[in-house]
Amino acid sequence: MAKARFSYTPENIFTCVGRKTLTFLEDVGGLALLVKDIFLSLPKAFSRFHLTAEQMLVMGVNSLPLVALVSVFTGAVTAVQAVYQIQDFIPMRYLGTAVGKAILIELAPVLTALVVAGRVGAGIAAELGTMKVTEQIDALKTMALDPVEYLVAPRFVAGLVMLPVLTIFSDAIALAGGVGISATALNVPPHVFLNSLKTFFKTMDLMSGLSKAFVFGSIISIIGCYQGFRTKGGAEGVGRSATKAVVMASVLILIADYVVASILFG
Amino acid sequence: MNSWSPNSLGKQSMIEINGVQKSFRDNHVLRGVDLTINKGETTVILGRSGCGKSVLLKLIMGLMKPDQGEILVNGDNVASMNDKQLSGLRQKFGMLFQASALFDSMTVDENVGLGLREHTKLPEPEVRQRVAEKLKMVGLSAVEHQKPAALSGGMKKRVGLARAIAMDPEYVLYDEPTTGLDPIMADVINELIISLRNTLTITSIAVTHDIVSAYKIADRIAMLYEGKIIFVGTPDEVKNTDHAVVRQFIEGSSQGPIPAL
Repeated sequence: MAKARFSYTPENIFTCVGRKTLTFLEDVGGLALLVKDIFLSLPKAFSRFHLTAEQMLVMGVNSLPLVALVSVFTGAVTAVQAVYQIQDFIPMRYLGTAVGKAILIELAPVLTALVVAGRVGAGIAAELGTMKVTEQIDALKTMALDPVEYLVAPRFVAGLVMLPVLTIFSDAIALAGGVGISATALNVPPHVFLNSLKTFFKTMDLMSGLSKAFVFGSIISIIGCYQGFRTKGGAEGVGRSATKAVVMASVLILIADYVVASILFG
Repeated sequence: MNSWSPNSLGKQSMIEINGVQKSFRDNHVLRGVDLTINKGETTVILGRSGCGKSVLLKLIMGLMKPDQGEILVNGDNVASMNDKQLSGLRQKFGMLFQASALFDSMTVDENVGLGLREHTKLPEPEVRQRVAEKLKMVGLSAVEHQKPAALSGGMKKRVGLARAIAMDPEYVLYDEPTTGLDPIMADVINELIISLRNTLTITSIAVTHDIVSAYKIADRIAMLYEGKIIFVGTPDEVKNTDHAVVRQFIEGSSQGPIPAL
């Protein structure tokens, strides 16, 4: 059967733009309501701490190997490229400062968040999406349990706490990667690298990165849960929700990165 | 409390559905449903797939709100309840879902005991004992530590049933209780539904398109067609009716007033 082709009539274009606009507004409204419900149900996340601890394990501990792998290469590549970028006008003994600030302020929090969005955000959307299409969410409601209290709040708290924790690990591992590659391939001994890192270090470097991680953590869990709850259809719908969760979370992470940076440094 | 309705004279009605309408975009699923569910009875709602039977159950539990009409449970209108009242209402209900809807991240014990652990302050050994009791009622033992994925379809249904009755509800709603089971397991489930009604004096509503099951478990059968209840009667009245739509449905014929496609 021949597939009907989209014809670019003004009517079709207006319909398409209108539908996209409505979907966008629906998402904004839906997310706002979800955030409101999450804050109202936060006390329950602490009274059911076992659920929150379980999610912390999934989001934090189980993500650590992947975050470590990404971080070590991030540190190494930052050092290699910093040398290429600055060698003509800055002495190599300041390499530690350049690499350290880039990692602490920007690279570790953002890359950790993007990796976790791919790994955990998709997982949350797929898990809650499957629960939605197999009526498990309805089953929770029929048992007089609020899905936001029972499923979303623990994931939200886990994201909020574990992203900064993962970012601290990422900071340390990426710096180790930077030190390692500088010593072995770039002719900058570890004590020189670390001295320059210490000399120009400000607490703000670390805290700004952790503030970002705090925001990114909540974005990942909120978007994952939102897309999971909106899942319709069977396996196809679950797949679509997982993809949407990763795309939406990644975009929002990069936007939030700019917003937080503007607030802190602007 | 308003428990009077014309078709419940002489019997205490527990759930009254009055003029309920529900649409999904252009699809008018329910177009004015009127039905009274009496205390201690099993009422079966018959109808074709997609005719809105499951929607009706979800409306009764307050999982959806009707566009028009009211649903009174013990005299209280479900549609106008706030979250706290709905939570109280739902603790009086148990529901068996079509595909069981067991929480697959939990063991059988955690599934069946979830309501007890969340809503009561019973000590853990008591909860475990009650879970084992309910599992025994549905003919299961030594499955407490298994995950739902390791169970067969019939076992999942029975665990779902144990979960539905774990809190000793006043009402149990069954959504297609025998769909997807072999005839023998379907009969096991039918027998369980009957024994639960007799031993626990539960008021039940079952929606199904399985005529054999309906005849066996029902005290009264209601037929939902084109968004309305078109017939209510005992299984014998259904068998002997000359209502053309009901006859075509119970005979399973593609010829008659109900369009086959």
